[in-house]
Amino acid sequence: MRRILVLLVLWSPLLAFANIEAYRFDNPQKEADYRVLIAELRCLVCQNQNLADSNAELAQDMRRQTYEMVQSGSSKEEIIVYMVQRYGDFVLYRPPFMPSTVLLWVGPFLIFAVGVGILLLFIRRRNQEPVVQLSSEEHARAKGLLDQETK
Amino acid sequence: MKKRYLIPFGIFMAIMAIFVLGLYRMGEDPNFTRNVPSVLIGKQAPKIDLPDLFDQSKTVSSSSLAGQVWVLNVWATWCPECWREHAFLVHLARNEGVKLFGIDWRDDAAAAKRLLVDKGNPFVAVGFDPESRAIMDWGVYGAPETFVIDKQGVVRWKKAGAMTRELWESELKPLLQKLEKG
Repeated sequence: MRRILVLLVLWSPLLAFANIEAYRFDNPQKEADYRVLIAELRCLVCQNQNLADSNAELAQDMRRQTYEMVQSGSSKEEIIVYMVQRYGDFVLYRPPFMPSTVLLWVGPFLIFAVGVGILLLFIRRRNQEPVVQLSSEEHARAKGLLDQETK
Repeated sequence: MKKRYLIPFGIFMAIMAIFVLGLYRMGEDPNFTRNVPSVLIGKQAPKIDLPDLFDQSKTVSSSSLAGQVWVLNVWATWCPECWREHAFLVHLARNEGVKLFGIDWRDDAAAAKRLLVDKGNPFVAVGFDPESRAIMDWGVYGAPETFVIDKQGVVRWKKAGAMTRELWESELKPLLQKLEKG
């Protein structure tokens, strides 16, 4: 009994895959287009997932819509325009470069540049630290200490 | 302790403060994460042609409301907020003369009909949309969602989330009055 239960539990993750629809395509190019599109389009329900990863019902329907358009010969651009006309730029997982998204695109590079700048400043400052000049007495003392250690 | 060790700690506390504030804002507004701006505002309303919920051999069309100010409500029996707003929608239809067109989205037709029979039907017509065909044209991604369409067939207003008395008094009623005059 326990074994059967364990087996059942171990099999249960497979159910998650059983839900993803299997679509048949006329040719490999259409299938490739479909895969690119569902990776680039956002699921509006679970907003941090693309259509490919989401199993929300709306995502299923949007995948079906994408499939039907790909099959009927629409280009990738046409399908993206179709979705943007309905759901806005938000539907694009990769947002377009616009005034409102400048910070999103440039931000990481900006932060990187600031980090490099701070690093350079530190290194330069360290190099500028004056070399300590020792008097002859101090030299003698340092030598004594070093000699002691090597003995 | 040296002062400079306080700098990373300060940055950490600042980030935490932003997260906490963000979570509080989400908690206060149930629609916070869902507020995707509609691209349809100011554009011609997409035409709706759907099977009639009550008789799927017939078709209901939004063109039957052309030339009037009307309100589109997307709902379903699986959506708790739709149950919550239902009584108010009935009130709007019966006492305020609002012309409501319903889309029953991805629903069980029998359950939907039972709801309308038991709790009242506020809709002039209800289209049945089990495959999201019509709602996708409207950029709907949740239920309930409510749109206002003017006499020229232009979408003027959209709200994701339940219709409430406050929302009606503050936004919808003034807008409908204005559109009726125009």
